[in-house]
Amino acid sequence: MTVASNPSPRTQFAETRLVRKKHRSELIAKCFFGVMAAAMVIPLILIVVHVVKQGMPSLSWEFLTTNPRLGGIRGGIWSAIVGTLYIVTISLCVSAPIGVLSAVYLNEYAKENWFTRIVHLAVVNLAGVPSIVHGLFGLGAFVYAAGMGKSILSASLTLSIMTLPVIIASTKEALASVPVSFREACWNVGATRWQTIRRIVLPNSISGILTGVILQVSRTAGETAPVMLTGVATFKAVEGTGLFLYNPFTDQSMALSMHLYYIATQANNAPPSLPYAIATVLLSVVLLVNASAIGLRAYLRSRKKW
Amino acid sequence: MLAEPHRRVKRRPFELVSEKLIEALICVCGFSAIIFVFSIFFFVLREGAPFLSRLQMGEFLFSTEWFPTSQTQPKFGVGALVVGTLSVTILAMIIAVPFGLGAAVFVSEFCAGKAKETLKVVIELLAAIPSVVWGFIGLTVMSPIVINTFHVPIGINMFNGAILLALMSVPIMVSIGEDALKAVPDSYREAALALGATKWQLVYRVLLPAAKNGLLAAVLLGVGRAIGETMAVLMATGHSVRIPKTIFDPVRTLTATIAAELGETSKGSDHYQVLFLIGVLLFTITFVVNLSADLVIKGIRKK
Repeated sequence: MTVASNPSPRTQFAETRLVRKKHRSELIAKCFFGVMAAAMVIPLILIVVHVVKQGMPSLSWEFLTTNPRLGGIRGGIWSAIVGTLYIVTISLCVSAPIGVLSAVYLNEYAKENWFTRIVHLAVVNLAGVPSIVHGLFGLGAFVYAAGMGKSILSASLTLSIMTLPVIIASTKEALASVPVSFREACWNVGATRWQTIRRIVLPNSISGILTGVILQVSRTAGETAPVMLTGVATFKAVEGTGLFLYNPFTDQSMALSMHLYYIATQANNAPPSLPYAIATVLLSVVLLVNASAIGLRAYLRSRKKW
Repeated sequence: MLAEPHRRVKRRPFELVSEKLIEALICVCGFSAIIFVFSIFFFVLREGAPFLSRLQMGEFLFSTEWFPTSQTQPKFGVGALVVGTLSVTILAMIIAVPFGLGAAVFVSEFCAGKAKETLKVVIELLAAIPSVVWGFIGLTVMSPIVINTFHVPIGINMFNGAILLALMSVPIMVSIGEDALKAVPDSYREAALALGATKWQLVYRVLLPAAKNGLLAAVLLGVGRAIGETMAVLMATGHSVRIPKTIFDPVRTLTATIAAELGETSKGSDHYQVLFLIGVLLFTITFVVNLSADLVIKGIRKK
């Protein structure tokens, strides 16, 4: 805000009692709101530090790359990592194209009318539907009605619908930031609407779209409630430590988020540092992915040409 | 100026056909959000529907007797669960609203440059922490703190859950609230400062009234998030299905009930169908909350 950066009145007036009183009240106001903000930020840092500190002793390369044993309480977390990877990849492949095209529709084709308004409302409400209701939907629609059974595919499809609004919102913002004059120039040389979108609009907003995709990855990786109803098992013994542990169309898998829930609440005799270690891995995945999205966005803003 | 592509350019038939095809595809994707919202409602209701005919609405909504697994006479009254959800949400909002809006004011009015950017990034990261990690934190970090500070027997209770929900819903309040404050014209601020108002007066007398609709929308979206939250309340609010007497009583929410009990039911049983009906109830509640938040935001844009 410009007001905040203006020179303070302090430099312009003599220090009378009234002025001093005013300065004091300003300082109190700043501190008051500062404390409010700090109360939100400091817990985050303390919590992350605490979790990482408790989890560190169990973290090792071996922990990451060996499969869990004995119902998950011994061994590593490799198959859970792979399960999360499968779910993230499949749901990304489904929702990224739908989300991007949906944003293209909203930004490039839709006119200002009641129907567009309803589409917009639907996106807002899709974002607001509780995650457990998404889980119920996935169970009713994909697992039972579509006959996919509890599988990685069902879980991924459920999550892809759930995270659709994330990608629509950020893609729409990216598309809207491409100046109209770019489109007009392209139309004037005879390109059709779609040719303009493909050659001009999408290439110029690809990085904003990428940011949305990255945010979606982090959201998908951390989600628990929907996948525990639709295709993630608390424990599943698998052979080998490659990447191809599951058949995504038929198998249930493990997932990092579900593994944390299970170990933290239901597993008996798990070593006390184990849930912390899983939480550390999950937190670092999510925070790193998010940080890279934020970094990408900052970089793009800095080199924007228009 | 050209508002759309040339119509009179001669195009090859292939171009025309592919253009039509791709436009159809884009339209379908554009409508997909509507289709998905309806199919969520449809499929959740479909699983629960057979029980509707045997359901007494009054008893379902207001009875506090939830004995779904009883052999002789199962009772499906979600009254206590609704009260659980409401009480946790209200307590969370009592904590979160002042802090969330205060933080929004701080970010928007008292911060500039680097500090502002950093704070916004941290708040964005706070929003990214998965709910299962919050639940885990409630279970392991908050629970002993609650026991030791307030000398209560159980640390996994309504208060614990409310703090977690507050921390979880603050980021969305800050970002929407900051947008609302940003929308207040700078001339308002300049006028107030020129009249000799302190920052304090500026916030209370000028900014909050001017941005009140946007701030209300921010609070509503926070409420929506808190009502729909599952994993954190499942892990941190305890499991007793009853009307809480104090804020340190354990409670059970609607979302946690579905998550905890669905795994143990068999498909098609009464219990299973009632859990889906709870899903319909949740869908309806959050739909109304989100719709009103959107209408409030829309109201501002019109002005």
